[in-house]
Amino acid sequence: MSKDIRIRKGLNINLVGAAEQTIAKAVTSNVYALNLDDFHGITPKMLIKQGEDIKAGEPLFYNKNNEEMHFVSPVSGELVEIVRGARRKILTLKILADKEQAYVINKVPDLDTADGEAIKSYLLQCGGWPFIKQRPYDMIADPNVTPKAIFISAYTTAPLAADADFVLKDKEQEIQAAIMGLGKLTPGKIHVSIGKSSRSPFNDIKGIELHKVSGPHPAGLVGTQINKIDPVNKGETVWTISPQDLVMLGELLLTGKFNAERIVALAGSVIKAPKYYTTKIGAEISTFLYASGVNEDRFRLINGDVLTGSKTNTEGYLGFYNNTVTAIPEGDDYEFFGWNKPVFDKISSTRALTFSWLQPKKKYDLDTNTNGEHRAFVLTGRYEEVFPLDIYPLQLLKACMVKDLDEMEQLGLYEVAPEDFSLTEFICISKQPHQQIIREGLDLLQKELG
Amino acid sequence: MKDKLHQLKLKYQGKKMAPAFNALHTFLYTPNETTHSGSHVRAADDLKRTMNTVILALVPCLLFGMFNTGYQHFSAINGFPENFSLMEHFLTWDNLWVGLVTVLPLVIVSYGVGLAIEFLFAVNKGHEVEEGYLVTGMLVPLIVPVDTPLWMLAIAVAFGVVIGKEVFGGTGMNILNPALTIRAFLFFAYPTWMSGDKVWVHEAVERAGTADAISGETVLGSLAQGSDYSYSLADMFYGFIPGSIGETSTLLILLGGLFLVFTKIASWRIMVSAVVGALVMGLIFNGVVNAGWLPEYSKFYTLMSFPYWQHLLVGGLAFGIVFMATDPVTGSQTNKGKWYYGFFIGFLSVMIRVFNPGYPEGVFLAILLMNVFAPTIDHYVLKGNIKKRLKRFKTATIYPKASDEVDTLKTETA
Repeated sequence: MSKDIRIRKGLNINLVGAAEQTIAKAVTSNVYALNLDDFHGITPKMLIKQGEDIKAGEPLFYNKNNEEMHFVSPVSGELVEIVRGARRKILTLKILADKEQAYVINKVPDLDTADGEAIKSYLLQCGGWPFIKQRPYDMIADPNVTPKAIFISAYTTAPLAADADFVLKDKEQEIQAAIMGLGKLTPGKIHVSIGKSSRSPFNDIKGIELHKVSGPHPAGLVGTQINKIDPVNKGETVWTISPQDLVMLGELLLTGKFNAERIVALAGSVIKAPKYYTTKIGAEISTFLYASGVNEDRFRLINGDVLTGSKTNTEGYLGFYNNTVTAIPEGDDYEFFGWNKPVFDKISSTRALTFSWLQPKKKYDLDTNTNGEHRAFVLTGRYEEVFPLDIYPLQLLKACMVKDLDEMEQLGLYEVAPEDFSLTEFICISKQPHQQIIREGLDLLQKELG
Repeated sequence: MKDKLHQLKLKYQGKKMAPAFNALHTFLYTPNETTHSGSHVRAADDLKRTMNTVILALVPCLLFGMFNTGYQHFSAINGFPENFSLMEHFLTWDNLWVGLVTVLPLVIVSYGVGLAIEFLFAVNKGHEVEEGYLVTGMLVPLIVPVDTPLWMLAIAVAFGVVIGKEVFGGTGMNILNPALTIRAFLFFAYPTWMSGDKVWVHEAVERAGTADAISGETVLGSLAQGSDYSYSLADMFYGFIPGSIGETSTLLILLGGLFLVFTKIASWRIMVSAVVGALVMGLIFNGVVNAGWLPEYSKFYTLMSFPYWQHLLVGGLAFGIVFMATDPVTGSQTNKGKWYYGFFIGFLSVMIRVFNPGYPEGVFLAILLMNVFAPTIDHYVLKGNIKKRLKRFKTATIYPKASDEVDTLKTETA
């Protein structure tokens, strides 16, 4: 049985350069890298030394606060470099891949008979755990806490992001296995959201509560769906996992093999032939970037979508959680009288001599220019129009900025992740860094209240 | 030009004068700033564009105000034309010329003094010059009487910008609307100048006591004295009446308001609820008069019996509702709160207007008062959201942690 969720508030950002729905195989990467920034709040303790060999699926490091939580290597090869930053903080681990890949084959638990504890320790040991994230605090799930529910969004509304239905095609078996495994970790429900008329493989999966979602972005963000289905209260925990990572968990539970392979959308106006590629977590982005070709010399390469992704460059590596790589033009140029000219080629949520409201379906080629300078919050009531959560966005942001813990709690900081504020950040006329403010607020709340 | 300015910008970087240079530079060119964190793309509008939109909405009022200044001036001398024609009697070069020489200096002083202080504070504090004053600087000349001496205006602007805004931290942080703070300062510091029947018409003050003496009483002024006024409803709606420079034409204010609502810059909630509030208060007063509770000799009788909806046509009510009450910084910031905030502005405006013995106008006082109460209104609106969350919290499903006795102890004591 499915329940419908209709989102009215929001804004679709239509950009040129959507990935064509064909899959090519990316050239095998020589070096693979894990970027430790992907694992927010994790302090790594290395299990192998620089220069040692490692198999695919063998643990590289563990979480200092939870020794059982292993992070495994996506490929087999030699750990060639540990890049460190200030105070010897580990930034990146680089692995030179073998020509012939060797996998660790773990002994899989029997999904029908195994209990939750067995599944949990299996996932922790074999590197599947980091795919599970939790709210509050938007970080890798704490295995000691039982979630009240698990949320999965298989509905894509983010600009140029990989289409969930397309990349999940023919993965029913893995998805079902992962759902069976995760189902044992929570006494609550597993909520899955799909597009209203989508032919998603989730239509046939058992053991889930299916929701059909429609409406503009951020309808596809899992945070929006949590807020509409079963919001997080103080003290409660929910888990979220992206559907593609669910497939990897499923394979890990079925075959015992950590298969880092995933389908990645390469998109953006800079890309000549935007399409999908099969590659692996941590692969060099250049292995498929140049196969599609680029139009410009200088561009912004993003691990993820344009609203929530992280900045990288042509020497960068595919992020642990990303299944989209976007390339858009850099906008570091001046525009003569840019603040008072009528604007036809940019998106705006107002009509202040901006004309994107005339053609809601038109596709735009946006660059990274901020279109104005950072200012204090001035306008009110604008964010609410693109923010469907039952939360006062401006007031929550201000509470985070002044570090008022009580108010942060009361206004619902537990329920949100930085990505929920990506759209308010996009339309912000004061050009405030909303996602950063929320991230810092979450970190502070976690530090003070645990 | 672009490259030269870029080189200059680099030269000024980190120097004390950088904010001043950047403020001028960003007027010519939108900066080359790119996104650093979070969303990699941003929408087209910035604060400059927003402020510019408000100014565009104000320009018709300013132009009309200039013509009207001349029209009132000549009408006071020669008498009102009998067969009024827009082109012949109103949109004339003579009228415009009088308007230009009286109004433009006010605009220049308002912007000059205000922006100078803004630049000073920005350079001194090392932050960028924020655009808030662009609108304030335009509002100020529109809400003062034509013959306000420039030195008074300069002092008032300095007071308003420093005490009304900069001491709170500048644009976005102020509690009171800066333009109205300036207006209130003028009113309380120079009360004899700012009221009466002399300041509303150009040169009326200078001619007082001579053979050429002229005067022009506002509609509200006449009503407050219990005397009649000679303007038709159409005059009031189109704005051919004496008053502060920009406030007279209800038609153009209405158009400006529609433009601001359409562009989504100003809140329609505040405008609608303020109009409703004014009508309700007007109806109450009319009701009191109709019920015969008020003797005719009462000094409030004429103002209270003034038809309720005509309050919107005279004085600064319409202008205040559209351009001042909707200031997002000093107004209520929640959508629900805006309904209450607007309603009380309209309600109190008409109430103060009727009961204020010295000066028959209440819009700026009502808005300033509600500016002070706006955070309180928001506080209660947020309380509602917090209560909802607390109610949900009672049915929260919290599973005990697998380990950690300390944590269970914590939840027990909490």
